[in-house]
Amino acid sequence: MENLNLVFPEIFISITLMFLLILGVFKKKSTSIVFNLSIVTLFISIALIINNPFDTYKELFNGSFKIDQLSTFMKIITLASGIFVMLTSSNYLKNLKIYKIEYPILLLSSILGMLIMISSNDLIVFYMGLELQSLALYVLAAFNRDNASSSESGLKYFVLSALSSGLLLYGCSLIYGFSGSTNFNLIAQNLTSTNYALTSGIVFILVGLAFKISAVPFHMWAPDVYEGSPTSVTAFFAILPKIAALTVFIRFLYVPFINVFDQWQMIIIFISISSMIFGAIAAIGQKNLKRLIAYSSIGHMGYALAGLCVGTNEGIQSSIIYISIYLVMNLGFFSCLFMIKKNGIYYEKIQDLSGLSKNHPILSFCLLIILFSLAGIPPLAGFFAKFYIFLAVLEKSMYILAILGLLSTVVAAFYYLRIIKIIYFDPEIEEYDRDHNPGLKLTLAFSTITILLFFIYPSVLTEIISKINLI
Amino acid sequence: MFDIGLGHYLTLSAVIFTIGVVGIFLNRKNIIVILMSIELILLAVNINLVSFSIYLNDLTGQIFTLFILTIAAAEAAIGLAIIVVYYRNTGTIRVEEIDKLKG
Repeated sequence: MENLNLVFPEIFISITLMFLLILGVFKKKSTSIVFNLSIVTLFISIALIINNPFDTYKELFNGSFKIDQLSTFMKIITLASGIFVMLTSSNYLKNLKIYKIEYPILLLSSILGMLIMISSNDLIVFYMGLELQSLALYVLAAFNRDNASSSESGLKYFVLSALSSGLLLYGCSLIYGFSGSTNFNLIAQNLTSTNYALTSGIVFILVGLAFKISAVPFHMWAPDVYEGSPTSVTAFFAILPKIAALTVFIRFLYVPFINVFDQWQMIIIFISISSMIFGAIAAIGQKNLKRLIAYSSIGHMGYALAGLCVGTNEGIQSSIIYISIYLVMNLGFFSCLFMIKKNGIYYEKIQDLSGLSKNHPILSFCLLIILFSLAGIPPLAGFFAKFYIFLAVLEKSMYILAILGLLSTVVAAFYYLRIIKIIYFDPEIEEYDRDHNPGLKLTLAFSTITILLFFIYPSVLTEIISKINLI
Repeated sequence: MFDIGLGHYLTLSAVIFTIGVVGIFLNRKNIIVILMSIELILLAVNINLVSFSIYLNDLTGQIFTLFILTIAAAEAAIGLAIIVVYYRNTGTIRVEEIDKLKG
């Protein structure tokens, strides 16, 4: 047990969680205290992770928990985006009168589940982390409980997510039965044959993971849940579970299933191509911004998965770069959404942005940068994200994947540019509030500046990520 | 002599699993039936794990089963709570009428 310091972040979050719960129950009107203390908790956990050297490679608890460069990096970006989501959401929650102690506590417990998922090296630990994350997310989706659409989105998310957990678990049981172990390394040693039961186990696990990451053809929950849940929860949904699920995807594909590469490669290519195309086409007719960002995130997940089907370290690294840039862009987009409010009402239709540039030049400029970056226009960060993916794909001469990806980028650019046209060239309709809290402004400034200036020093990110070598 | 082997248990669990999955998609009446289907899926997984565990002479599968049972209970509790919240807002839990969000 000499390496217990490597799991200090998880231990710290779980103890703080219980402490905050008791504090919130016994002290009256303690919501702000609990809220701020949870942000501090996330900061301290980042510090605890950074405290260990980046290239630590250790397996703890009989090899069921793994600390390596991948897990360290993913944990840091998960916690950082958790902080930003919390900073942006406090005013929104106050306006909707759902500023309660349960919110930060549920957020913390789902983040704890994600950290466990990211580090898991064993089917049981992975399942525990996944469920800790999902159970908290079910409640969060239905958090605005007096609102019919919020509770409906919670219900839909619950049913579909529980189904996907069941599929995933059935896959786990088959894998356990035919490899004789739940440890990822031992599974990798024993999974060499081409047994049909084994293949179906792999398919079940990939289906469950595709559900969590909302990739086509298992995407149908995403638009409904994104539209119905409170916007702050949507921001959370669009960013954090994707990071954790993508890490688990990488872990599953490149540790236990590495010897059956030719069996899963076609599945991932299919999921990736269909997500890219569907995400681009289905978003065109949308009128609600949250629904639009749901389709756009389906498309983005397609690009992130394209890096994984290559089977090289460069592919994995390009996927990690993609997800890091994706989270910055989404943080910026959601901070813009939080700013479009008037008299305590938040507007989320695309038409509500009409003529925004006349009254709010700075907000419009930020939105312009973010939308250009989401569309992948150089020299913004979103372009580089796609560039690294296509570089990795072309290195393995997978031309069809690259061509379809580029074509769907062009189609997707249409609906991003349409929003920009509405902001800049349509008649103005109304003026929105200008007094936003500093956390919101900070997040928007951070993401806009990162997107805008990424091309000057891309090596800041790429050099860290190039240390993540799994194969 | 008719011996019950691993294959029979796996077939049983595959049948229960299929009933659960089909139950979620074919059911148009009541959400409670969906909850029951989810439980069926998890129980099928448990049968699978326990029979593999006996067959492999390895305890891990049975420990996994205990974890799944605990989580299934928690999941059912949360699911029922969400259904109650939904019922209070709309006055119905018929699956066909859950269609406010679409597009």
